[in-house]
Amino acid sequence: MSREEEIRQELFDHTLNGHAPEVKALTEEALNLGMDPMDILFKALIPSLEEVGRRFERGDFFVPEMLIAARAMQGALVILRPLIAETGAKPIGKYVIGTVKGDIHDIGKNLVIIMLEGAGFEVVDLGVNCAPEKFVEAVRANEPHIVGFSAFLTTTMPMFKVNIQALEKAGLRDKVAVMVGGAPVTEEYARLSGADHYAPDASIATRMAKQIVGAAQAAENPALTQAVELIDKTLKKG
Amino acid sequence: MQTVVRSRSKEVVISSERPFVIIGERINPTGRKILAAEMTAGVMDRVRADAIAQVEAGAQMLDVNAGVPGIDEPALLVAAIQAVSEVTDVPICIDSSVIEALEAALAVYQGKALVNSVTAEDERMDRILPIVKRYGAAVIGMSNDETGITMVPQERVEIARRIIDRAQYYGIPREDVVIDPIAMTVAADPQAGVITLETMRLIKEQLGNNMTCGASNVSFGLPDRPIVNAAFFSVAMHAGLTCAITNPLVPEVRKAVLASDLLLGHDEYAMRWISTFRQEQKKAAATEPVTR
Repeated sequence: MSREEEIRQELFDHTLNGHAPEVKALTEEALNLGMDPMDILFKALIPSLEEVGRRFERGDFFVPEMLIAARAMQGALVILRPLIAETGAKPIGKYVIGTVKGDIHDIGKNLVIIMLEGAGFEVVDLGVNCAPEKFVEAVRANEPHIVGFSAFLTTTMPMFKVNIQALEKAGLRDKVAVMVGGAPVTEEYARLSGADHYAPDASIATRMAKQIVGAAQAAENPALTQAVELIDKTLKKG
Repeated sequence: MQTVVRSRSKEVVISSERPFVIIGERINPTGRKILAAEMTAGVMDRVRADAIAQVEAGAQMLDVNAGVPGIDEPALLVAAIQAVSEVTDVPICIDSSVIEALEAALAVYQGKALVNSVTAEDERMDRILPIVKRYGAAVIGMSNDETGITMVPQERVEIARRIIDRAQYYGIPREDVVIDPIAMTVAADPQAGVITLETMRLIKEQLGNNMTCGASNVSFGLPDRPIVNAAFFSVAMHAGLTCAITNPLVPEVRKAVLASDLLLGHDEYAMRWISTFRQEQKKAAATEPVTR
């Protein structure tokens, strides 16, 4: 096994186990050896975080393990991001997210952000207690693929519909996919609110986001369709 | 300081001088699909069964929440409270974030309820506290405001103080405000537990009010939650927690509360601890399988 292969495997393992110092050191070593930042990202870090997501969905991994894995990966991303930006590579998609008006719960939303960033998304975090106008303005300004509304209370869930109506009124509804989630939210409630997607947890939210972006990119570039299908198949196997 | 709540026939005193008060949390459709479906259909069998089981397991009060998405919550909350009152006589903790539902429930409740809850958000305080006063209820004050939940204990104390002051302004005695110092999960922030405990210590020292919290929150996202919750009770009761909204059907929790009461001097001659032990012995003997 070449050192490069070893590094990929070690990066995968250390990210999975949330060992931030090791991940940082390995990333630096990889760059010194002349490895491509995209190679490090897509062949080691992202597969590792995807494995974290799968384990979380299965109930084998718990919230703190997901957090430290994401933190370890972020240490590497800080180093890689400027290098990847130089090469002109773009994030895989843009995601605007916030907790709805009247609601200040953010643990779930923050988990989703961590997983999305880990998967290569550019995320615009609007924070908590976000008025519909704030979402509309952020969608207009950032032109994201997806906007996500989080709500933890049955009394704040109706804001999904209000937000979606605000997007409609601003003429932005067909320009962005709407994803919703939060403890009391159900698939049916999401549908009745007029959302496009319902995400029961952070890992599923990220997988769906990738599919949405994959679909969006495929619409622009038919050659990508095959690659997207391959990714989906891999994810289903896990 | 004593917070007294009442049903038509029963009085419960929450105080640091008394045994801990468990407020049963089970009657809440959030995350309970079957219960939500039944409540939506107006079927209260499970609500009644949950009420009986929790009281048998040691709940001295019951929290009742009817927050089913898209439902007429005031009507459903009233119906759920009536169902609970048919089968148990413990005081009720009326739980809703819908102000109309709180008011509807208070209007029909016979006794002195605990209202769950008000935050330090100006609009919420100015709408909820006058209602609490009108019906002579007690209220849980959550130590967060418009800006969210601070992770600085002394700031949470100041937010709690604002709620107590505003309650007094509306004519509610300060002992009828039970402060929730807010327990967040240690899964997302390793310091969350110690911040909550320090907040409790400061509230006990500076305000002296009774305290409650949604204790099961601390272990969210972790495996083997009952043990974490049980350990939390031991340390929180020492820090000043005097009641909690939790699940008494979890044996670890029930026993941690009883044992902590004993250790903190609230169980004279260990009589509650011993009688609980005897009851369990009796139950075990009754259900023991016949040897073949």
